[in-house]
Amino acid sequence: MTTYYTKDHEYVRVEGDTGIVGITDYAQSQLGDVVFVELPEVGKAVKAGGEAAVVESVKAASDVYAPVSGEVVAVNDGLPDSPATINEDPEGQGWFMKIRLADKGELAGLMDEAAYKAMIGA
Amino acid sequence: MAEPAAGDLKYTPLDAWHVAQGARMVPFAGYSMPVQYKDGILTEHLWTRAHAGLFDVSHMGQCFVHSDSWEKTAAALEALVPADILNLKPGQQRYSQLLGADGGILDDLMITRSAYEGHEGWAYLVVNAGCKDADYAHIAAHLPAGVSLRVEADLALIALQGPEAVEVIATMVPAIRDVPFMNYHAAQLDGIWLHISRSGYTGEDGVEISIPAKDVVAFCDRLLQDPRVRPIGLGARDSLRLEAGLCLYGHDIDTTTSPIEADLKWSIQKRRREQGGFPGAERIRRELAEGPTRLRVGLLPEGRQPAREGVEIMAEGRRIGTVTSGGFGPSVNGPVAMGYVEAAFAKPGTPVSLIVRGKELPARIAPMPFVPHRYFR
Repeated sequence: MTTYYTKDHEYVRVEGDTGIVGITDYAQSQLGDVVFVELPEVGKAVKAGGEAAVVESVKAASDVYAPVSGEVVAVNDGLPDSPATINEDPEGQGWFMKIRLADKGELAGLMDEAAYKAMIGA
Repeated sequence: MAEPAAGDLKYTPLDAWHVAQGARMVPFAGYSMPVQYKDGILTEHLWTRAHAGLFDVSHMGQCFVHSDSWEKTAAALEALVPADILNLKPGQQRYSQLLGADGGILDDLMITRSAYEGHEGWAYLVVNAGCKDADYAHIAAHLPAGVSLRVEADLALIALQGPEAVEVIATMVPAIRDVPFMNYHAAQLDGIWLHISRSGYTGEDGVEISIPAKDVVAFCDRLLQDPRVRPIGLGARDSLRLEAGLCLYGHDIDTTTSPIEADLKWSIQKRRREQGGFPGAERIRRELAEGPTRLRVGLLPEGRQPAREGVEIMAEGRRIGTVTSGGFGPSVNGPVAMGYVEAAFAKPGTPVSLIVRGKELPARIAPMPFVPHRYFR
């Protein structure tokens, strides 16, 4: 199980041929209190770098981009009713969706944890 | 409004204090200002509605218009704003607007009649940060001989808002308890002059305090020792005023909107409506008589998705208006917005749809405020 990161602050935690996708702790701290989330429908095909979800804080709306291409095989159904979970546990209970990876080769274009931490200055 | 580069930013006397309190600083109206502290916008908003929130609003412009008599000062101001200034009682404050010749709003402001002995001909004005330089030039250019403008550069301005705010101040200045909404009280505290007005921008009871810039840090430290007080940033200030249905200049009102379109009719007293004599009086009296073509209204989107500034408002298959402010109301626990619609659609309850991220979001026209005002009258 390895976690990869995008420059837009999404993560994808890869388990077999499935990636669990969400936004990083840094992203939630920058957004502030999340009050709304819109998830894609299960079965939707997403492209790496394409819009996959919407997250809104008190302050602003942001797109969440798919870190990898593939089919959405599950979404975190409880999230729209408790969007604060994204602030409380973004990389655990606050996950957005699971994507069946269409091309594992795309992972090579993402950052590992060390590279991501270096980018955000952590 | 384009934000200047960091090097051009101005700083309030509380700048270092904000940073020490854990603020996240952002550029706003040319100033470096705290958007939030460690608690975050949601918690800060709810704290203000339940206790007492401390805001730095020192970026706003404070000035005096003065002459040797109140009648002369009031007449000069009434040539610029549509409110009844002449009949203000000493110590009383009114909300009004600086109007352009076409009745558009150049800025909105607070005007207070001085109750200081020896200052009978003085009015104290508070204007918006982003407009203040233009306001001062406009006011100075229109004052008649014998009436002068004095801009105060060495005064800070803070607000303490919320149901416990007045009790906090009363531990230092007990007389504040009896000062009604939209009146001020001058007090001396350990040799520091405080000009305390029972007013604010949150819909809650509370005060705004003008204080010499050199004294404001120590005073804020003293306020923070009270466990009822927490510092609140601009983010919560915006969600609080939005729930209270109050306009933000440059968003909900600007040079294209009249006070009647903006549903600020209440701020033009009867004598002025009848007599006119302010810029744009012709348009404003016509809109009063015939009704404006568009009106500022509240909007309650269904569901939880916020509709923000710029969102199109649709009804009967066509565009009928635009959202001018919108977001999530923490006390409402849902999205709230305001905007302008054609007058025929302005009635509360009217169904409309909002185009949010390319999708139609159902909403209703709603009365404002979204959260009841709790002013002390």
